[in-house]
Amino acid sequence: MEAKAPVPGRDGPVPLFAAYGIVKRFGSFTANDGIDLEIRAGEIHALLGENGAGKSTLMKILYGLLEPTEGVVTHRGDVVRLANPEAARALGIGMVFQHFSLCENLTVAENIALVMPRSLGPKALKQKIAGVGAAYGLKLDPDRPVWSLSAGERQRIEIIRCLLQEPRLIILDEPTSVLTPSEADGLFVVLERLRDEGRALLYISHRLDEVRRLCSRATILRGGKVVGACDPRQESARSLAAMMVGAQIGEVKPASKKALGRERLVIDHLALPAPGLHGTALRDVSLTVSGGEIVAIAGIAGNGQAELFDALSGEALAPKPGMIRIDGTAAGRLGINARRRLRAGFVPEERNGHAAAPSLSLSDNAVLSRHATGGLSRLGILRVAAAKALAQAVIGAFDVRKAGPDPAAGTLSGGNLQKFLVGREILAEPGVLVVNQPTWGVDALAAAHIRQALIDLAARGAAILVISQDLDEVFEIAGRIAVLNHGALSWAMPACETSREAVGLLMGGEAAAEEPPLRQARTGTLAHAR
Amino acid sequence: MTLDIAQMIVVTILAAATPLMIAALGELVVERSGVLNLGVEGMMVLGAAAGFAVAVETGSTLIGAMAGAGTGLALSALFGILTVGLAANQVASGLAMTILGLGLSGLVGAGYVGLKREPAPHLYIPGLTDLPGIGRLVFGQDGFVYAGLALVAGVSWFLWRTRAGLILRAIGDDHTATHALGLKVRKVRFLAVLFGGACAGLAGAYLSLAYTPFWAPAMTAGRGWIALALVVFASWRPLRVLAGAMLFGGATVLQLHAQAAGLGLPGQALSALPYLATILALVLLSLGRRQGGSLAPAALGRVFTPHR
Repeated sequence: MEAKAPVPGRDGPVPLFAAYGIVKRFGSFTANDGIDLEIRAGEIHALLGENGAGKSTLMKILYGLLEPTEGVVTHRGDVVRLANPEAARALGIGMVFQHFSLCENLTVAENIALVMPRSLGPKALKQKIAGVGAAYGLKLDPDRPVWSLSAGERQRIEIIRCLLQEPRLIILDEPTSVLTPSEADGLFVVLERLRDEGRALLYISHRLDEVRRLCSRATILRGGKVVGACDPRQESARSLAAMMVGAQIGEVKPASKKALGRERLVIDHLALPAPGLHGTALRDVSLTVSGGEIVAIAGIAGNGQAELFDALSGEALAPKPGMIRIDGTAAGRLGINARRRLRAGFVPEERNGHAAAPSLSLSDNAVLSRHATGGLSRLGILRVAAAKALAQAVIGAFDVRKAGPDPAAGTLSGGNLQKFLVGREILAEPGVLVVNQPTWGVDALAAAHIRQALIDLAARGAAILVISQDLDEVFEIAGRIAVLNHGALSWAMPACETSREAVGLLMGGEAAAEEPPLRQARTGTLAHAR
Repeated sequence: MTLDIAQMIVVTILAAATPLMIAALGELVVERSGVLNLGVEGMMVLGAAAGFAVAVETGSTLIGAMAGAGTGLALSALFGILTVGLAANQVASGLAMTILGLGLSGLVGAGYVGLKREPAPHLYIPGLTDLPGIGRLVFGQDGFVYAGLALVAGVSWFLWRTRAGLILRAIGDDHTATHALGLKVRKVRFLAVLFGGACAGLAGAYLSLAYTPFWAPAMTAGRGWIALALVVFASWRPLRVLAGAMLFGGATVLQLHAQAAGLGLPGQALSALPYLATILALVLLSLGRRQGGSLAPAALGRVFTPHR
């Protein structure tokens, strides 16, 4: 009945849901500090803010996952207590999670049944899934196990699960972060339809063009406080970003056009079987990165990025030495340290636990990747002073904000730790640098800093390979772009000759990159050009 | 005649398989919820000691069996408080439970070593039990065997046909996701641990009340560990637990007969046969993995701490 209920006036005095004076403290840290938010039926309301601004905390409070330290949530003007998600669902609040809350080894129908009323039998449930799927154009096979589905399909499960509960408020947390552009377009159509049915949507994102396209009101958070409200359609992406960050973000300066140097990193018909049950096999991957250029590999997570990075860094060995060449040396069978001694640097995707040991200090973490090349040990004994000096050098050069002189890596914010980790490699002046998701989950200021550092490093003659699923980033820094899809790599297109749409189609596997035959012949002969 | 011999063999195999089956089914439910309980051996041996002691004192096999299950449950409650409530390391806590159970069982059973009891009564339905070929097998078992078989069907039905079973499997697959949906991760896990402990205790009571009706220290002889291996061997499926337990029981019976027949092999080597068979089965099974997904509950052994 909720869907057909008369829509209260959009400018009516009583908002559908509202939160007033929300304060949430975790120990001494205040995540939300007196937040007011009003959401009306029939609107898509954007919640904007950097990482750590308090968006996720507020959203969890609205969904009953966290209880506010102070403040109230109201429904049509009445104060309600959201003790748990069940209570929130009973009031008509639904949620589409960013990191999907799906059990991979259960089927689609089983995942949906988890939150449906007890009385609903499996047959009736499947009919309902098919019904909602047909109504909104969200096709799903209820008997497929989740692990076999793409990110877009997984999100469909979340949305159907949410819609089956007849929600009046739908909270979407970064819904497009794992989608291809065409999948995102499909999502927007569904969202606009839900809005037109009179439901309220709370749209959490940091993608400003989407917000400007979809949302009619925006609340902007910074440091746990509301710092502004606006109609995003009246704003520019730049002005919104400035409100989020509280400062103008410096534009990343593109590198001046220079002739490329010699080939420094060559991947030559690299093929690797899938490492595990959920892994992706690499299929005949070839790519050449020359000194002075940044090549980006775009693609949706889980298409072989981790496997390719492991093969390049030496965490997984290639079948033949010649499949990976660093400055002409066949490195495919060399270990990580041997590759670092060839002046290669690597920054993996996972900050905590892969690139850094969260419970170790920054100076210890400096040793982790530089012990073979940075002169940090003598006869197997650590030179603590040298390690500390190196950590300080990175901290100084990359403006790493931290508490205490040499704190544990895990205590830094994502952006600051990422600056430290990228800086750790860049200060070694690598000839070849491979970075996986350099600015994933990093605030805009830190992201700009990291991108600039990569561009500057390339300008000094290094070959840089960036693996990223952020198309803005890819187009901002890369000279050439290749797309990884199901473990196969397209040819590297010059960034100026392609478009976001073309790359997006390749990411979704909806098109094949036509490699001009002429170029194909040329890639093999670049080596002689020096 | 040969039919009766075949029946006798199946009956003895089933008897050897029953304690493994019951303990492994309990552990299967625990692991499906995402908790690894390495204390099965300790809960089993404590159940054997307490079950025998109570049965001697009360003269009732049924009360003894209930006491066995109850002590297993009590020990698993301690394990549950440690691992589910306080998020302690599951491997270390489980091993501690095994050592604690072995020690406590010696204490509980100290006054009962060497005592003998009548084994648990077997079903006898005139006419039916005397049927040639299948009468003993189908209508002449003791209550534990029927309980074990009922557990196979019950656990199967629970896991795949009930909503509670679905929630349990979901929690074992991803506790973060299920917590975000508002499901009670810790409550479900704690209940699963209790069920597993009660099953282990019951399996132990079977050993001292029916299989070999006396108490001897450490009489479980590693059956708790075999039960743990069986869960993996059965890839967390109840019907395969039954098959695996029968296989192991068969190997046990085979080595007894081989020793009696006086093969030239030393007895110790033959005693190792069932264990070797288990290892072999585990290896063969892990070779034939299916593609994608994971066989084991994905959250198995990972501790969960919600923040609120």
